[in-house]
Amino acid sequence: MLELQGIAVSPGVAIGKVLILDREGYRITRSQIDSADRHNELDRLRTAIAEASKRLEQHRRDSTEKIGVDIGAIFSAHQQLLLDTTLHREWERLISDSCYSAEFAVSTVLSRYAHAFRNMGSDVMAERAGDIRDVERTLLEALGGAPLQVSGGLGQSILLSHDLTPAETAGLDRSKIIGFCTEAGGPGGHTAIVARGMELPAVVGLGSFLHRIARETTVILDGFSGRVVLQPDEAALKDYRQRMEVRAGRVKQLTEIRDLPAVTQDGTRVTLLANIEFPGEIAASLQRGAEGIGLYRTEFLYLGADTEPSEEEQTTAYREVLSQVDGLSVIMRTLDLGADKVGKFTLLEPESNPSLGLRSIRLSLRQPRMLRTQLRAMVRAACGGKLKIMFPMISTLHELRTARMLLRQVIDELAEEGHQPPQKIQVGMMVEVPAAVLMLERFVREVDFISIGTNDLIQYTMAADRSNEYVADLYAGHDPAVLRLLQTSVDVAQAAGVEISVCGEMSSNPITSLLLVGLGVRILSASPASLPQMKQALRQVRLEDCTQIAKRVFDFDTAREVDAYLKTRFAELLPEMALGV
Amino acid sequence: MGIHMRPADLLSRTAGRFECQVLIENNGQSIDCKSIMSILTLGARQGTQLNLRVTGPDAQQALDALCELFEQGFDESDSEVATEQTS
Repeated sequence: MLELQGIAVSPGVAIGKVLILDREGYRITRSQIDSADRHNELDRLRTAIAEASKRLEQHRRDSTEKIGVDIGAIFSAHQQLLLDTTLHREWERLISDSCYSAEFAVSTVLSRYAHAFRNMGSDVMAERAGDIRDVERTLLEALGGAPLQVSGGLGQSILLSHDLTPAETAGLDRSKIIGFCTEAGGPGGHTAIVARGMELPAVVGLGSFLHRIARETTVILDGFSGRVVLQPDEAALKDYRQRMEVRAGRVKQLTEIRDLPAVTQDGTRVTLLANIEFPGEIAASLQRGAEGIGLYRTEFLYLGADTEPSEEEQTTAYREVLSQVDGLSVIMRTLDLGADKVGKFTLLEPESNPSLGLRSIRLSLRQPRMLRTQLRAMVRAACGGKLKIMFPMISTLHELRTARMLLRQVIDELAEEGHQPPQKIQVGMMVEVPAAVLMLERFVREVDFISIGTNDLIQYTMAADRSNEYVADLYAGHDPAVLRLLQTSVDVAQAAGVEISVCGEMSSNPITSLLLVGLGVRILSASPASLPQMKQALRQVRLEDCTQIAKRVFDFDTAREVDAYLKTRFAELLPEMALGV
Repeated sequence: MGIHMRPADLLSRTAGRFECQVLIENNGQSIDCKSIMSILTLGARQGTQLNLRVTGPDAQQALDALCELFEQGFDESDSEVATEQTS
């Protein structure tokens, strides 16, 4: 049994067989072999090399015949790579000395070369990484592997990987993958958001561990505590199965409070909305008592696609969302692409500092054609639904005004084309850049609502990359600096009579949601899965408790002190929930 | 930068036909000419002077074959080559 501690990013417990995804997306069922099997493993590797070489020879002949010598020469070089004895020695050493499986040895060595070529800073060299990946693919196929996308007949597995992109995560087959753990990553990355949206238990930031996976082992993944147990013993399995039962009971209990209002004991009403990525999440949101959609992240329409989704496709998707919410309101956020969410088709040049670069509204305003298409689709879908449009990552009034001007143009254009004009569309902005908080009294004159995106606000306030495990501890919503920005935002919005909500992850944690209510926030938007427990927490406290928390936190100097206080207070107020979380 | 796929393939294939050891030297670094991966990672620029060192029973034949490759210029490479034979 081997226990690892990572960062819990998506709640839930899963027990299943491991499935290792190598860096190039190939599934490997194990990374380690018994030392007694080393001889067989070496034979297996040699057989596979011979087989792969035969296949490449065939490809070479076929393509030379059909296409010409130039393409054939590529396969010839691939074959030469495959037969390179330098590589053979490296593979064999990992199998003999470190008991790596043949697949893992191949993938480890070739990934290292590919990585080195990619980082040489020349396009020619980077292309070579692609060649190496091709050779790896051929050899892994000869070893019996298959790309994850075509994997069939697997039981329910837990995916283990170095890292996963948001798009890869969204593409996981929920019926086969019941959770995932990665070596890299931190809390609040977009991969984590997608995992929560899919209700897929996940632990990230485990550090290097893939090389320690023994043959087809079972793994326990605890998405609450961040613990991962490899080759669990009977006692651990029993313990976790029991916990899963208890949790299943609690989930049932939470579903029961679905139709009760989110109201504190002394009658303060809080509106709970859901954050969604896909129209498919609406049913789950309503089931968990969401009173509307507080954040529809439209970029996921783009991320999964090979080409930019057309106006028609988008109109259909947005109408589908509106038709499913049963007359409730939906805040649609315009494209928030860039940084770690780059679509397959966007023509972004690599930036040295993507989080501070051309992303989100900046990218949209730079490529107004894309934003225009999206706004047209939103306006067209708006008829007959309560659609609100929200612009992300606004830093300056100029950006807000330009975006609003585009929207006005689009509305006029559509009216001229004979489309039925929508009723007034409410327009708002995300407050997630400290500059926007500092200028908020000017912003609130020009918007109908604001929504605080705590994830980015924390990142930009603390200047800490939330997915970098080395600085992830700086990234804290309860940091006194962040709390001050939140308080300012609420005060300014309330004074101006502008609706304010919080849609970042701070609202989904029961204890920080109480803090936000104490600060004066009355609309919280969170992932559907976290709504029931937020409601449960709210229904057990008085507004006075929340206000007291919100006052007290300003006495502390450091995030650590605030955190300790919040935990203690939570345990006092909600002992039952504190035990479970 | 770097020796291209095609010449690296031809170099390693040609060297691989012979029994003798074939080393390519560049800037004091020496690599096995029979390993395409080593050639690719050599990082030689066009016009770089490379030394070939061949040791073994069929060293002369290997040297002749390799020199012929360089003289024909592969496709794009115009590396100059200086050779040295030891036996």
